[in-house]
Amino acid sequence: MKILVPVKRVIDYNVKARVKADNTDVDLANVKMAMNPFCEIAVEEAVRLKEQGTATEIVVVSIGDKACQEQLRTALALGADRAIQIDTDLKLGSLQVAKLLQKVVEEEQPEMVILGKQAIDSDNNQTGQMLAALTNMPQGTFASEVKVADGKVEVTREVDGGLQTVALNLPAIVSTDLRLNEPRYASLPNIMKAKRKPLDVKNASEMGVELTSKINLVKVEEPAQRAGGVMVESVAELVEKLKSEAKVIA
Amino acid sequence: MSILLIAEHDNAELKLDTLKTASAAAQIGGDVHILVAGLGVDGVAAEAAKISGVSKVLVADNAAYEHGLAENLAPMVAELATDYSHILAPATTTGKNYMPRVAALLDVEQISDIISVESSDTFKRPIYAGNAIATVQSEYAKKVVTVRSAAFDKAELTGSAEVVAVSSVTDAGISSFVKQELTESERPELTAAGVVISGGRGMQNGENFQLLDGIADKLGAAIGASRAAVDAGFVPNDMQVGQTGKIVAPDLYIAVGISGAIQHLAGMKDSKVIVAINKDPEAPIFQVADYGLEADLFEALPELESAL
Repeated sequence: MKILVPVKRVIDYNVKARVKADNTDVDLANVKMAMNPFCEIAVEEAVRLKEQGTATEIVVVSIGDKACQEQLRTALALGADRAIQIDTDLKLGSLQVAKLLQKVVEEEQPEMVILGKQAIDSDNNQTGQMLAALTNMPQGTFASEVKVADGKVEVTREVDGGLQTVALNLPAIVSTDLRLNEPRYASLPNIMKAKRKPLDVKNASEMGVELTSKINLVKVEEPAQRAGGVMVESVAELVEKLKSEAKVIA
Repeated sequence: MSILLIAEHDNAELKLDTLKTASAAAQIGGDVHILVAGLGVDGVAAEAAKISGVSKVLVADNAAYEHGLAENLAPMVAELATDYSHILAPATTTGKNYMPRVAALLDVEQISDIISVESSDTFKRPIYAGNAIATVQSEYAKKVVTVRSAAFDKAELTGSAEVVAVSSVTDAGISSFVKQELTESERPELTAAGVVISGGRGMQNGENFQLLDGIADKLGAAIGASRAAVDAGFVPNDMQVGQTGKIVAPDLYIAVGISGAIQHLAGMKDSKVIVAINKDPEAPIFQVADYGLEADLFEALPELESAL
């Protein structure tokens, strides 16, 4: 089975995002960037499926300028076989990304697409579901377990009240949640090997997709800061304040 | 303007998230219809008909919709969407699952997880795990929007809308429900509770979470956890409060042994009153807490339980 894994280059999750002084966006100048954590989990899952003998080839794809080749090389070092960069300088919405990925799916014909449930920058949580709609594939979102058997994939999903398991016909789209696996680190020999793995570049503007987003970013602000309150000395004082001052307990 | 609101329910009861989303719909303005899709949902539809501001309840009662499979639900919603300017759903795991599929079928970019309505085409939403708030404006004729329930008050149940059946049924036949394992609890749901008490890494292990039980019983509280406590394996993930877990905004939030990582704060900072109990005076949680208590939780919790 061929697996396609789309990955995104985002701000490193240990870095606190700062809003630009002119409130036009978040400031990403000279900020450490990394592969989106949910995408790392997607790469790891694909690699595990290959190690189990279920997957035969893993293709990773990223959309962005040349810098995202860094994340593609990381994915190759983790065990992906080849990479595709869809080159663009534009800031795309999830729908435009899903349409570009649809073109890749049509060309590559993977039996499964595994991708992160959301990117930690835009926090949209849309791309996988949109790609599923555009390709008319079933979707197993927020996966905490993925089992392939008898031409289907069983996906256990993290839902609000607990877990839900669905069976999907292949080809299918799977989006990863945090507890699906714990991604490995790339070894030095594998990082060296990854440099020689194939990486194709396609021009996004030549793929027949309308790339302009029709959602306008009007402004970006710091969230309202919550003023800190008081320190209490004892449990008794806390209970007293909650009763008489905050009036949240009887 | 006319709004189609998609109800969140479990085939037996309407979820509170629906009432919160109805408030967001009311702020946008216009005629509000609500879709109840499921199996054996007469009771839910009757409840939905009472939501103040809703003028019509559309009921799609069919086995294809029983488990909310996106493959079946999305084409039906997209078909109904023809008649509406806005499609709204709560940003629960259910809404997050089918709504982008609806949006793509309509060739519209979705606006996820709004926390305020600025106008009928402009909304605020958190990005970067709540470290920034974006104001976004949609140029689409149809707006597909998911709503963060914690940011809106619940609508009243004082209305009486007409109930109409939806005839079209889609069963895409490409996915099926296998099983569901829901966490059994006598306690209120995290996102619906008036009081939430959460434990973090400071709880040290899963057994120690029992220290929260007695307090939760006395306060009628739901019990949550930080991602650190979940990652350490103390408690299951569905207890997680935070950007990647549940977003809560109770009247009272008690954080015990939680340092206050950004990702946790994003999930609870809209609570009306925040209490933090932590033995580290430098813990960032104290910067957002209305009442902070620097104490060893193993001493403070039993004391708190008996003081209530």
